[in-house]
Amino acid sequence: MKQMSTMRHILRYLKPYWFYLVCTIVLAVFSVAAQLCIPYLVGLGIDTLLGAGAVQFEALYRIFVLIGVCIAVAAAAQWLMSLCNNRIAYSVLADIRSEAFGKLGTLPLSYLDARAYGETASVIISDAEQFSDGLLLGFTQLFTGVATILGVLVIMFVMRWEVALAVVLVTPLSFFIAKYISTHTYAMFKRQAEARAAQTAFIDEAIGNLKVVKAFSHEKENEEQFAVYNDALSKASVKATFFSSTTNPTTRFVNSLAYALVALIGAFIAIATAGSATPFTAGQLSSMLSYCTQYTKPFNDISEVVTEFQNAIACAARIFALIAEEDEPSDAGNEALSHPRGEVCLRDVSFSYRPGQKLIEHLSVDVAAGKRVAIVGPTGCGKTTLINLLMRFYDVQGGSITVDGKDIRTITRRSLRAGMGMVLQDTWLKRASVRENLCMGAQVTEEEMIAAARAAHAHSFIRRLPQGYDTVIGDEGVLSQGQKQLLCIARVMLCHPPMLILDEATSNIDTRTERKVQDAFQRLMEGRTCFIVAHRLSTIENADLILVMKDGKIIEQGVHGELLRRGGFYAKLYHAQFME
Amino acid sequence: MRHLISCLKHYKKEAILSPLFKLLEASMELIVPLVVAQIIDVGIPAGDRWYIVRMCLVLVGFGVLGLGFALTAQYFAAKAAVGASAELRTRLFCKLQSFSFSRIDHMGTSTMITRMTSDINQVQSGVNMTLRLLLRSPFIVFGAMAMAFVVDVQVALVFLAVIPLLAIVVFSVMGACIPLYQQVQGRLDMVYLSTRENLAGVRVIRAFSLENKERKVFSERNAALRRAQGRAGIVSALTNPLTYILVNLAVIALLYLGAGRVELGILEKGDVYALYGYLSQILVELIKLANLIFTLTKAVSCQKRVGAVLDLEGEARLLAPAAETAEGAPDVTFDHVSFSYEGGGDQALTDINFTVSHGQTIGILGGTGAGKSTLVNLIPRFYAATEGKVLVHGADVKGQDPERLRGRIGVVPQKTALFRGTIRSNLLWGNEDATDEQLMEAVRLAQAEDVVAAKGGLDGEVAQEGKNFSGGQRQRLTIARALVRRPDILILDDSSSALDYATDAELRAALRTLDCTVFLVSQRASTVLHADQIIVLEDGRMAGIGRHEDLLQFCEVYREIYAAQYKESV
Repeated sequence: MKQMSTMRHILRYLKPYWFYLVCTIVLAVFSVAAQLCIPYLVGLGIDTLLGAGAVQFEALYRIFVLIGVCIAVAAAAQWLMSLCNNRIAYSVLADIRSEAFGKLGTLPLSYLDARAYGETASVIISDAEQFSDGLLLGFTQLFTGVATILGVLVIMFVMRWEVALAVVLVTPLSFFIAKYISTHTYAMFKRQAEARAAQTAFIDEAIGNLKVVKAFSHEKENEEQFAVYNDALSKASVKATFFSSTTNPTTRFVNSLAYALVALIGAFIAIATAGSATPFTAGQLSSMLSYCTQYTKPFNDISEVVTEFQNAIACAARIFALIAEEDEPSDAGNEALSHPRGEVCLRDVSFSYRPGQKLIEHLSVDVAAGKRVAIVGPTGCGKTTLINLLMRFYDVQGGSITVDGKDIRTITRRSLRAGMGMVLQDTWLKRASVRENLCMGAQVTEEEMIAAARAAHAHSFIRRLPQGYDTVIGDEGVLSQGQKQLLCIARVMLCHPPMLILDEATSNIDTRTERKVQDAFQRLMEGRTCFIVAHRLSTIENADLILVMKDGKIIEQGVHGELLRRGGFYAKLYHAQFME
Repeated sequence: MRHLISCLKHYKKEAILSPLFKLLEASMELIVPLVVAQIIDVGIPAGDRWYIVRMCLVLVGFGVLGLGFALTAQYFAAKAAVGASAELRTRLFCKLQSFSFSRIDHMGTSTMITRMTSDINQVQSGVNMTLRLLLRSPFIVFGAMAMAFVVDVQVALVFLAVIPLLAIVVFSVMGACIPLYQQVQGRLDMVYLSTRENLAGVRVIRAFSLENKERKVFSERNAALRRAQGRAGIVSALTNPLTYILVNLAVIALLYLGAGRVELGILEKGDVYALYGYLSQILVELIKLANLIFTLTKAVSCQKRVGAVLDLEGEARLLAPAAETAEGAPDVTFDHVSFSYEGGGDQALTDINFTVSHGQTIGILGGTGAGKSTLVNLIPRFYAATEGKVLVHGADVKGQDPERLRGRIGVVPQKTALFRGTIRSNLLWGNEDATDEQLMEAVRLAQAEDVVAAKGGLDGEVAQEGKNFSGGQRQRLTIARALVRRPDILILDDSSSALDYATDAELRAALRTLDCTVFLVSQRASTVLHADQIIVLEDGRMAGIGRHEDLLQFCEVYREIYAAQYKESV
C-alpha cells in the first residue's frame, strides 16, 4: 500500500516530461519492430540456401536490403530513446533534489535539530541518486521489454501457434520466480540501506571532527568502531547483492527450458509437415528459436528492473517522507513588519524542547525601543533558547512575543528576521569568497562592505589573505575562530537592522579587539533594541536592563550598579571575575 | 586500480572462482547452437523423433548445469565485491585518519565523506558487475568466434573482422565517458556541499532570509550536474546502437559468405544457422556489456577519486624514535620557531623562543589572529614548524612518534566536539583504561558534575556531535575528556570561552592542584593573570614574555589588554 502511494508520487514527478515519455514509448515500438524483423528476414535468408548449386541469390540480396533498413531504423530509434530516457531520469532527479533541498528552507528547526546532518544529506544525495538510477534502468528496459514481448508473441502466433502456445505456458514460471525473489530482496535492500545510513552517520561524525580524533590519538578505536559498522554493512550487502543477482540465472534457466521446448515441438512439427503444402522449414525453426530467446530475455530484464525498482522505491519513499514532512506553519497572509521601532515584549512565555522537560516558564519582559538588554546567567539557563524564540526559529508554547505590539506569529518571518541582526556563538561561513560571506546577498557597494569590515576590525586580516576579499573561505580552513567571528560581525553591520541579537559574539575575540568592536557596536546600537548574551560582564555594564537568568526564569533584573548593590546572584557572578 | 586490486587479493579465491564459474556457465550456452544444428541437420531430415528428444534433454541438462554454475558465480562475485570494497573503505578510513592537520585543512571534510560513502558504493557495484559480466562477455565473444572457426574457417573470418571493430567502439566510448563521469562526480560534490552547508548553517541562512538565494545557488549547481549527466549520457548511449549496427552488418556478411559456401556444397543450412546463432549471442553479450559500461565508467572514475586519496601521504608513525626524550629536560622548548600555513600567505608565527619546565602554567595572550592557537598546535605536532625546532621532553617533535607524543598531551580544542555514545564512552577517549572513579574525578575537576548529573550519570546519552548539550556543557566535558588522560602537558585552547566567570575561576583553581604543565590560551587577562609565564603574541610575534608584574611594567601590548579589561581597578 505504501509502495502504491510512493508510485503515485513518482508519477507526479514524471508528469512534466510526458512528451519525452510518449517519445520514448513510440521509439521503443519502432526499435523493437525493426529489431524483430531481422530474425524473420534472416530465417527467410537461410531458407534461400536450398543446397549445393541451388542458392537463390536474387532473393537473398533483396532480403539484405530489407535487413539494412531495419538496422538503420533500430539503431536510430535506440539512440534517441536513450536520450529521452536520460532526459527524463536526470530531470526528475534534479527536480526531486531541488524540492528536497527547498524543504531545508522551510522545515521547522525542531526537525533539523533532531537529526544528524549526515542523515538528511544522504537522503538528498544518495537516495535521490539511487532512485534515478532505478528509474533510468526501468525506462530503458521496461518499454522495450514490454514491446518486445508483445511483438514476439504476435509473430510467433502467426508463424506457428502450437510453438507459441508452448512458450506462453512456460512464462508464468518465470514471473513466479522473479516475484518470489524480489519480495525477499526488498527486505534485504532495506536492511542494507539501514546499515549504510548508520555507517554514513558515523563517518560524518568521525571524519567531520578528525582533528579532535587525532588530538586524542583515537584513530585506532575509531577504526575498530568503523570495522563494526563496516562488518554489519558487508553482511547486509552480501545478502542483498547475492539474492538480487539470483534473478538473472534462474530466469535464464526458465528460458533454456522454453528454448528446449521450442526446439522439440518445432522439430516434431517440421517432421510432421515435411512434404506438405505449408512445411515448417528449418529457417522458420531457427527464426522461432531466435524469437524464443528474444521473448524470454525481456522477462529477464523486467525482473531485474523489478529488483532494482524495489530498491529505488525504498529510496524514493525516504525522499518523499522528507518532502512530505510538515513545514513551519505558513506565514502567508501575515503582514510584513516594516521599519519596526523595535519595541519587544515577552508575555508569560513558556517553552520546552521536549514535552515533560520544562525549560522556560512564564517569562515576561518589556523592552522599549532602542534599549539594550543584557542576558546573563550560568550555562544552560535558557539564554540560547530565548534567541531561538525571538528569531522565531521555534514558536512559543505558551504566552506570546510581540514586536511593536504585534504578535510575531502574525507577521512574516522574513520581515521579522530582516529586522533582527544576529551574531551566533557558532560562527558559520559558507564556502565562498569573503565578499559573498560578508554581503550575504545584500546589494551593497564595495565601499560600504570595506567600511563594515573596517568597523569590525576584519579589514586588515582580510587584506592579508592570499586573494584578499576574493579569497574563498569555508567552515573549515585557515581562519581562526575569532577571525570568523569578526566576519560574522561585519556581516551584521552591513544590514543595519533595528534590533540586534548578539550571542556570545565576543567570546572568541580578545579584549583588546573587543573594545574596538564595541565602539563599532556602540554606534550600531544607537537607537536600536539589543539583546546581548555574553558572559563577559565588561561588555554589558552599560546595558539599560540586565536580565539574570537561571533555570529558565529571570531571577533578577535591573541595571548594573543596582544589581551589584543588591548583592544577589549577579553580584556573585561579577565578583568571580576578580576572585583571585 | 592498484589499490582496488590489492584489496581484492584478500578475496583471491572468490575473485577467481566467480569468473571461472561464469565461464563454465557460458560454455554451456556456447554448446547450445551446435546441438540445435544437429537437430536441424540430422534429426529433422532423418525424421528421428527419439534423437530429437534426446538432444532436447541435453539442452535442458545444460540449462540445469548453467543454473548451478551461475548461482555459484554470483555468490562469489557478491562476496568478493562487498569484501573488497569493505576493505577499500577501511583503508580509506585509516588513510583519512592518518592525514596531518594541513592535509585536512586542504582537502576539506565534505569531499572526504563523499569518497568514503558514495564513491565506494559505486566501486562496489562496479566490481560486482565486472566479476559477473566483464569476463563472461569477452569469453562468449571469443568463444563464439572459436566455435565459428570449428564450423567453417572462411565464414568465421567475418567474426575476426567484426570483433576488433566492436572492441574499438566499446573502448572508445568508454574512454570518452570516463572524463565526463569524473566531471559529473565533481559537480555532485558541489551539490553535496550546498546541502551540508544549508544543514549546518540553517540558523544564519534563515536569519538573513537567504533561503531563496541558497535555493538559487543549489538550483544552479543542480542544473550544472544535470547538464554534465546529460552530456555523459549522450556519449554512453552510443554504445548500444553502434554495436547493433556492426553485428547486424556482420550477419549480412555471414549470410552472403555462407550462401557461397552452401552453393559450393561445403556447408549446410544448419551450419549457417549455428554461425548466425553465435553472432546473435555476441550481440546479446554486447548489449549487456554496453549497459555495464555505464556502471563501469562511473565505478572507474570513483575508484580513481578514492585512489587519489589513498596515494596521498599520511603522517608517518615513527616506531623507532629518531629523537630520544630525556627525563628532567624542560617539558617544552620553542627554538626560533616560525610557521606558515600551506598556501596561507604570510607567516602565522615568527621566531618564537621560550622554555617551559615541568609543572608551570603558561598563559598565551593576544589578539584574534595573533597566532595563539597556531602556537599550541605545534606542541603535539598537529602542524610541523616550518623553521626552527619544537622540543617536548627534550626531543624534537619531528623525531617523535606522533601517537606517543600526543598520548602525553591533553588537548582541549576550540571547537568542542563530542561523539555519539555515552558520556562515559566520550570520556574514555582520554584513557580507555580509566575507572569510573577516575572519570568522575576528571569530571569534578572540569566543573562538569552538574552536566553529568543532569543526563543521569556517566551512562547519559550523547547525540551525534554532542548536539544534546549546550556549548558550555560541551566545553566542560571536553575539558574532562582531556583530564582523564592525566596528561604531562595540558593545552586549553580558549576552552573556557563559553563558561561564566565563576565557573572559569573554579576551573582554574582546580587545575592548579594537578601535577602538569598547563598552556592556557585566552583573551581574558584574568585567566592568565597568575600564570608562571605569560607569552604575549601580536601578529605572530612575541610581544613579551614574563610574569604579570614584569609584563605590566615592560610590555606595551599587555598593558593595553590588561587596562582594557580592568579599567575600573587600574
